[in-house]
This record gives sequence, C-alpha cells and structure tokens, in this order.
Amino acid sequence: MSTIAIKGICKDYGTTRALDNIDLEIEPDKIYGLLGRNGAGKTTLLNLITNRIFPTAGEIAIDGESVVENDRALSKVFYMTEANLYPPGLRVREVLGWSKEFYPGFDMPYALWLCEQFGLKTGKRVKELSTGYGSIMKAIVALASNAPIVVFDEPVLGLDANHRQMFYRALIANYSQHPKTIIISSHLIEEIAEVLEEVIIIKDGSIVLKQSVEELLGQAYTVSGEAAQVDSYLAGRKFAGGEELGKFKAVTVLGVLTEGDRALAQKLDVELSRVELQKLFISLTNS
Amino acid sequence: MRLDFSSEKPIYLQLAEAIEDDILKGIYEEESQVASTTELAVTLRINPATAGKGLNLLVDEKILYKKRGVGMFVSVGAREMILKKRREGFYQSFVVKLLEEARKLNIPVEEVIAMIERGRGK
Repeated sequence: MSTIAIKGICKDYGTTRALDNIDLEIEPDKIYGLLGRNGAGKTTLLNLITNRIFPTAGEIAIDGESVVENDRALSKVFYMTEANLYPPGLRVREVLGWSKEFYPGFDMPYALWLCEQFGLKTGKRVKELSTGYGSIMKAIVALASNAPIVVFDEPVLGLDANHRQMFYRALIANYSQHPKTIIISSHLIEEIAEVLEEVIIIKDGSIVLKQSVEELLGQAYTVSGEAAQVDSYLAGRKFAGGEELGKFKAVTVLGVLTEGDRALAQKLDVELSRVELQKLFISLTNS
Repeated sequence: MRLDFSSEKPIYLQLAEAIEDDILKGIYEEESQVASTTELAVTLRINPATAGKGLNLLVDEKILYKKRGVGMFVSVGAREMILKKRREGFYQSFVVKLLEEARKLNIPVEEVIAMIERGRGK
C-alpha cells in the first residue's frame, strides 16, 4: 500500500513549460489510466515520479518521503518505460536475474511462467527481440517485480491483439492476487477502459480531470438516430463532438441521464447509449 | 457470459444480471459456488472492483451468500427471488413497450394477441 503525493510540480525544458503546477494524489491499490495526447506531458510526469528527471518546482513524495535521490522511496516503484533501457547484449534470463537484484520481491518462477505463456525465449538477447517481444519482456519484469507501485508507459506497444488480451488478463490476475497501485499510460483507450478504476487526463501540461471511470462515463452519453430528431433532442443541452453520416447523427451529450430524457428519446425515436471513454477523451482534449 | 461495453447499463449491473441469467438457466445451481471476483475480472477483462461490485449487489439482495475464505455461493431460493423480480420488470419492459411499438406500426391490439398465439404455436 503506497501513496504518491504530487504537489505544485512544474517542469521546464528550456523556455517550454512541459508541466504546469500539477497537484495529484495517487491512492493506494487502484488501477489508474494516465491519458493524454502526444506531448501532453505524460512521460514527463512519470519520469518525475520515478526520479529520472528533476522538477523545476514542486515535490513528489511516496508514503511521505520525497522521491529525489531516495532509494527507499524509489524501491517501491517499478517503471516500465516505453524506451528500451536494457543493455542490448543481455539475454532475457539475465534481465530477469538483474531485476531480482534491484527488486528483492521479484517473483522469478512467476516471471518464467509468464515468459512461457507469451512464448518469450529466455535465451534470446535483448537486441534480437522484436518491438512486440521487447514490450512483453518489459511488461513481464514489471508484473513480476512485486513493487507496491507499478507504472506502465505504453505497455502494449507492438503487441498483436492476442498478446494484448493476454497482457490485460495477466495484469488483472496479478492485481487481484497482489493488490498494488498501477498507473498505465496508453493510447489504446478503449482497450483499457474497463480495466481502469480511475482516469487522469492531462492536457498541455495540466490535469484536466481525475475521476473514477464509472463516474466519468455516467456524466455523458451518446444520442443517435435521424439527424433532425437528434437535433431536436439536443436543443438546450450541452454536447461535445459528434458524427454524421447521411441522415444519421450520433452526438456525445454532457449530462446525467434522467427518466425525462429517456421518455423524450423514446418519443423522438432516437437511441441512447453509453459514451465511449475514447470519444469523451477526444472531446475533452480536443481544441 | 457476455458483457456489452457499449450499453448504457453500467458494467457491474450487466454482470449481476448475467449471473442471475446463469442461475435461471441452471448453469449455477442453488448452493453451488459461483466464479470468484478474480476469475470474473480476468475472464471478462474488467477491473476487479467492478466485478466485486456486481457480486456484492447480489449478496445484498441475498441471491448470493459469502462463505468466509471459500467464496460466494448461490442461496437457496435464489431462483425464485430472481423470477419474482424479473416478472415485475417483464410487464414494464416488454408488454408496455410491445404495445407502444404496435401503436407506432398501426397494429391493432387484437392482431398483437393473434401474433402472440401464433408465436406460442411455434
């Protein structure tokens, strides 16, 4: 059980402000999704949490201890980076061995079992691995690390559909058996939407929202049907983004569905359905 | 068991209903153990908290009960409880809707009744 407290974090690269006064509380034993468009500041934030870079201002603490130059605090976090930082000549089994040195709780039998499940040959060298298997190796090390906080930056990069499914299942099983704080940064939002408990959306270096997925999806819905009918449903409502195809129209409405809305929808013969996290994300981060 | 991620119905409710369906179909018999939170979460690829919420809903309704350290089981009389609950919903969600749709399509009530008879003959 570990908490991350982020207070007033700013990060400048030269004259560019990558993160602007971020305040965030990451609660223990939840699965978080860190979502944002390219260049929004996701990786910068993850790099700061894991002390790979220093903040321009502000402080990050794990269980009350600053992460800056603090091995004890940092040993509680495993960070699966998008970039491959392992020496290219190392064999997979040597990578696993090294991981055990740094993370005393590393579960070797579980790591080897995962390698077998994913068809990752432990005799291969890091440089011989495809993009997909490179991701798989890093994800396996992360899952087996047994650190109380595990951070995944684009964990399914280059994985085929089958391996992605296996990864999500392994992640859920791992989390159920050994609850921990998990932060996943991914562009494949729809795939992870149901796995997440909370989402953090970051835009232009600021936090747009931090909310439970269920709550967030409860605050918007999709209305679709014949364009003119959909338009009359939308009268006087707040909505964001939509799609039109001929006379068909589907629009994301911002608001909580009421019984009155359902009755109106039925009268107008338009359909109400759940908003996709991905569509909501686009409408929240566009502009 | 299948969940519809695009339905406006929350996932935990869908999960609870799917388990009820399985009890009605006899896939889970009374006094038998149902899948655990972990098994459900892994198989359906959903957050374990969501799976737990669905199961707990059924525990609150006394359709399932917990055996400490063992898991969740189907209560005696669960089938009857679900049937009773579902029958109450049947009128609202099927009969009322059926008649509304029939009105839209200009189908007289007598013809709807005839259609029901025809359906029963099948």
